[in-house]
Formats: sequence, structure tokens, C-alpha cells
Amino acid sequence: MTANGSGAPATGAARKGTAAIVGPGNIGTDLMFKLMRRSDIIEPRFMIGVDPTSDGLRRAASLGLEASAEGVDWLLAQSELPDIVFECTSAKAHAANAPRYAEAGILAVDLTPAAVGPYICPPVNLDFNLDAVNVNMITCGGQATTPMVRAVADVVPVPYAEIVASISSKSAGPGTRANIDEFTETTSEALEVVGGAVKGKAIIILNPVEPPLMMRNSVFCAIPAEAGEAGPMQDAILESIHAMVARVQDYVPGYALRADPQFDPARELWQGMARVFIPIEVKGRGDYLPDYAGNLDIITAAAARVGDIMIAHRFGVASTWKTSAELGDLGDLGDLGAAPGGEHTAYEQKAGV
Amino acid sequence: MGDMTIRPEDAPVVTTEVTESEVLAATPTAAAPGEARDLRITDSTLRDGSHAMSHQFTEAQVRGVVHALDKAGVQVIEVSHGDGLGGSSFNYGFSKVDEFQLIKAAVDEATQAKIAILMLPGLGTVHDLKKAHAMGASVARIATHCTEADVSIQHFGAARELGMETVGFLMLSHKASPEVLAQQARIMVDAGAQCVYVVDSAGALVLTDAQQRIQSVIDEIGRDGAQVGFHGHQNLSLGIANSVLAYQAGAKQIDGALCALGAGAGNSPTEVLAATFERMGIRTGLDLGEVLSAAEDVVRPFIPRLPWMDRASITQGYAGVYSSFLLHAERAAQRYGVPAHAILQKVGEYGYVGGQEDMIIDIAIELRDAAERAAVGAEGASGLVVAR
Repeated sequence: MTANGSGAPATGAARKGTAAIVGPGNIGTDLMFKLMRRSDIIEPRFMIGVDPTSDGLRRAASLGLEASAEGVDWLLAQSELPDIVFECTSAKAHAANAPRYAEAGILAVDLTPAAVGPYICPPVNLDFNLDAVNVNMITCGGQATTPMVRAVADVVPVPYAEIVASISSKSAGPGTRANIDEFTETTSEALEVVGGAVKGKAIIILNPVEPPLMMRNSVFCAIPAEAGEAGPMQDAILESIHAMVARVQDYVPGYALRADPQFDPARELWQGMARVFIPIEVKGRGDYLPDYAGNLDIITAAAARVGDIMIAHRFGVASTWKTSAELGDLGDLGDLGAAPGGEHTAYEQKAGV
Repeated sequence: MGDMTIRPEDAPVVTTEVTESEVLAATPTAAAPGEARDLRITDSTLRDGSHAMSHQFTEAQVRGVVHALDKAGVQVIEVSHGDGLGGSSFNYGFSKVDEFQLIKAAVDEATQAKIAILMLPGLGTVHDLKKAHAMGASVARIATHCTEADVSIQHFGAARELGMETVGFLMLSHKASPEVLAQQARIMVDAGAQCVYVVDSAGALVLTDAQQRIQSVIDEIGRDGAQVGFHGHQNLSLGIANSVLAYQAGAKQIDGALCALGAGAGNSPTEVLAATFERMGIRTGLDLGEVLSAAEDVVRPFIPRLPWMDRASITQGYAGVYSSFLLHAERAAQRYGVPAHAILQKVGEYGYVGGQEDMIIDIAIELRDAAERAAVGAEGASGLVVAR
């Protein structure tokens, strides 16, 4: 099998794109399982880290991947390079790595908030420019909330959208913690660029409560005064929200409205605008990672799907993505061997959202 | 530690092993030459008070308060949206006047006082911090939940780079043990905090709870020359008593607000702190008469509602709920027809932390739906609607 990353067309039906996952934390490990289960055209081949004691590296090696703790330098020195790399490190690391991947002809799906490439949120803009060599998955909060802003903005103008992402402390890794500003700034911008709001604002809250709280996102959109009152405009917004929820559930089955969207009539302090409040809960699949870690689930599912599309385009084959319904009850872990609950903590300490 | 019981006849006891000369050496240098202070009072009327004002401060009010506090000898005056820089939002309430405009006005009005800002990483950003610094703010108070100090590392670094004085704020300190709090304070000091506050955001610390936390944090960071502060709330009416105990344990910075203007049942009133410390012979450097006047003549007239220990705010202290949730719970109570104190009780049970005001809506809907189900059930059983 060749994997020269030069964009060579597929040589046969069995041709698979090879993938490297850089960053063997929670995100990287979860993504590995998702790629194995959900894509027939991507073969996870490398797991790259910097810490030889990493559980993620060990787990990847046990599943037959080439695992190295010698970083991206090692990866790029291999004679057979991957076709696509999934960056699960930090924004700073990806900013440094991105030009090197591009130079080597490797596609990059960036799960950090580095925002080198265009923002992609599968239910909103899967029609992105497929010749892009680097795409960004925004943030976990961005994956959960931009679809809702888009759903509202598809019906009425949204001059301002605000989201509050509450995640359990355990599912916030050192990457998120060290660069929390990048989360808020990248998510805010995505609410505008992808969500369609004129102005976006994002807030992230870490909550250490035990048992850990499920990922919870609140979306507030300023909407025309007319939409604040019951009537056809409000009905159209509701319909759009429910349709979008269904589209997200296609790949993240634990994505749901926590309660009905709440409409508040126009107020002077809101510059005469009304408001819709959309409470979203994201329950992870609960197989590899605990179910509270819906924030990890939603971004890895999005990244795997986008990677599948990019490889399909590069090889000129059809996307093989499997929906949640097609995967059935087994979910993303399938028979690959679940981590016993007790092993989670060590991963969680190393995670990078 | 010995007997921790505080009796009225007790003289102030400093429970750490510090000499008076060390106390004086560690006293903030902003004191006027020759004017010794045993502690520094930071007034938060224009930040924590923003909650009680639903973030509707005007520039004239800010100028009036800063002028009065500055004249009274208060060395640090905090000005920001109640939830810190960037707090103006649907979730926390929009500011009437842009906070940077208010900060600029405060800097302009002060002659000796430093203007401080508060910021919560995850909400405000380094960008906001730089903007506040450009407006003349010189003290950066950076707040995290009491177990999440590591999210503030980049912000302390940025504040120090800007040459700002730095203060760390460990919010909802009652939720962490003294030992955990000390570890978290260590993270902030290593990141560049010059002082770390034990912040009783819920007004839930009861006397020795506060003192033990102060003591533990001092034991951890005091040897590096870092100071420890205390920020109290009045939900259980212990703001002043806890502040005194904090001082006796070695705290060097104490927060107050004029007329207690702050979230929940309000903060330790600055004017009562000044009177109490003066009565104890502890030097704050404040002119008591001027502070009393600032509260009575400047702040009192514009307050729509004095902070008070009512059913809802006492519930906050009792259940350990972030104080700024009060007015949001009251609004949700009105909108969804459920009691505010019941909402706050649930917030406590679910363990929500500062910044999760959006969850109040969830809980109000949940309580309303439960009440409706109960009413339907009762009606089915007896033909009577249960009174809520």
C-alpha cells in the first residue's frame, strides 16, 4: 500500500487513506475508535505523542497502529507519510505543525482552536471547499452551538448570538486549560462565520461537581421582536431548530434539547430585540469515554466525518461515512475493546479538548 | 491552633507567627508616606455592586463613588461588570454603560486610589485585560472556581507583563477543603499572583471555616511573600466577622462594598469594616467619617434596593450558591411561577458554579413542570388543585 500523500488517485477499491493522529490524549484516542468504526476509506496508521508513558500510545500500539513518542519530527521522517493527519494537540502546536504538513502534501484536520484553515461544522457547512488542505473543527462548544445559531439565522436575522458551554472539569484537558482564551475567541468567531450571527460571544465554564455533569450548552440569539411572540415566525424558528437537532443526531446521537426553546419578548435593554434560549445537552456515547464527556464525542465525530469526506475527494471515491443509526447499539467502540471505567482517570488527566 | 472560639472580650489574635515589623513590611506600599496600615481594604462597590444594580451603573454614579472612596483613603477600587470584564451578556445581564468607559472615568476621578478590574478566564480574555490596562486600570484581579486555578495561568502572565499588580480570586471557596485551596493558591502564585483571595462567593463560610482556609493558604504561599485576602458576603450575616477572623489569621487584603452593595445579601459593608477595625485598633488607613459619608450620602441615595438577608439570599448562604444568582433566580421565579428560594436550593443541590446562570432557566422549567404534574396528579386524585 502506498501512502505518499501526493494526492495520487485510488488504485483500487481496497485503497484506503492512511491517517496519523497527533496527540494521544482523550480526543486522539476517541477519534481513533471513531475512524476505525465509521470510515471504510481511512485507516488509522500512526499515533503520535511526546510522552512514552502515554496510555493513548500504548492503546494505539495494541490495536496495531505505529505509536511513537518522538513527535511530529518522527512522523515526517517516515518513508511512507500519512495521507491525512488529525491534530489533537494544542493551538500553538498546530500553528507550528500546519505548514510542515502542507509542505509534505498531507491533509490536516485540526481539532485545536488554532483556526489555520476554515471552520467546519458538519451539519452546517459540509459543502466546504474540498480542495482545502487544512480545515478547523472550531471547538467542542462550537460544534455543539453553531448549528443552533445557524438554524435560527436561517429563518431570521441574528444580530447577536451568545453561547455558554458548561463542561465537567474532568473532560477539560491541559490544552483547553492553558489556552482558554482561544476557546472563547475561536468559538465566538465561528458563531459569526459559520453560525451566521453578526456578532458572536462565547463563554466556557468548568464545573468539578461529582458525579461529573453532562456537557451542557446554552444558546441565546437576539431575534426580531415579532419572533418573540407566538406566531408563524416563531413556529418557523422552532421547526428549523428541530430539523437541525436531527441533523446533528445523525452523527452525535446524544445531542438533544434539554427543554423546549424559550422565547422572551423584546426588551429595551436588548435594543428592542426579543430572545430565544436554546438549552442543549450532549451525552457522550459512554463506551470508550464516560457519557458526561459529550464535548469530546461531538468534536471527534465531526472530525472523523470531515476526514472521511476529504479522503473521498482526494481519492475520487464515495464517502463511506456511517451514521449513528447504521452503527447501531455497539457505537464507536464496537468490539474493539472498551476501557474499563477505572482507567478513565489517567486519560482524563492527559486530555486535550 | 488552640481554642478557635471567638468571644466578644477577646483581643485580636494573630494566629500566624508574624511580627509586627513583618506585618508592616508586607503592608501594601500605596499607603501615604508615614501612614502605617495593618491591612488594605479593596472596595468592590463598583464591581460586586454591579450585580445588585443589574449592571446599570451610570458614569456619574461611578465618578461619585470613586471620588468619595478616594477621599476616604481607600487604596484600591474595583470597577467592572459584576461578572468581570466581558460580563455584559444575555446570560449575566447587559451593562447600561460600557465597562471600559466606566473604568476610564474611575481612573480619571481617582487621585491616589488604584483602579482594579476583575476578570474570569472563560468569560473575559487577555484582550479585555489589555484594554482595561490601556484605560488605566493597574490591579488585575483574576478569578476562577476554587478548584480550577490552572485556567488563569495565561492571564496572570499577561497581567504581570503589563506591569499590573495581580490578585487571584478563588471563588466559592467553601467548596474546597483548606488543603485543596492551598494547592490552588500555589498554582496562582506560581503563575504570577501577588495575593490570593479566599472568596466566599456564596456567603457560606461560617467563622472557623473561613479562618482555616485563610490559614492554610498563608501556610502555602506566605513564605514566598505572597499575601492572602478575604472577600466576604453577608448571606449568613458573617461578612464582617469572617473578615476579622481572616485578618487575625494573617490576611492582608480585605474586600468590602459601600452599603454592602453586592450580590446576594451583599458584601461586607466597607463602612462597617472601617468602623470595626478602627474599634479594634487595626489600622486600615481609612477615614471613618469619610467612609460613612460615602455610604450614606453617595451610594445609599441611588440604590434601588438595599441588599438584605431574605429567604432567597439566606438560602444561598445555607445551600452554598453563588451570590450573583439571586436576581436571576428572582426573574426566573416570576417568569415561570416557581419560588426563587426553591430554584436556589436546587442550584445548590446540583452543584452549579459561578457563571452558570443559564442553568437557572433549566431549573425553573423543571420545577414548573414538576409542579404542573403534581397539580394534575392531585386533581386526578381529589378533584382539588394543589396550591403551589
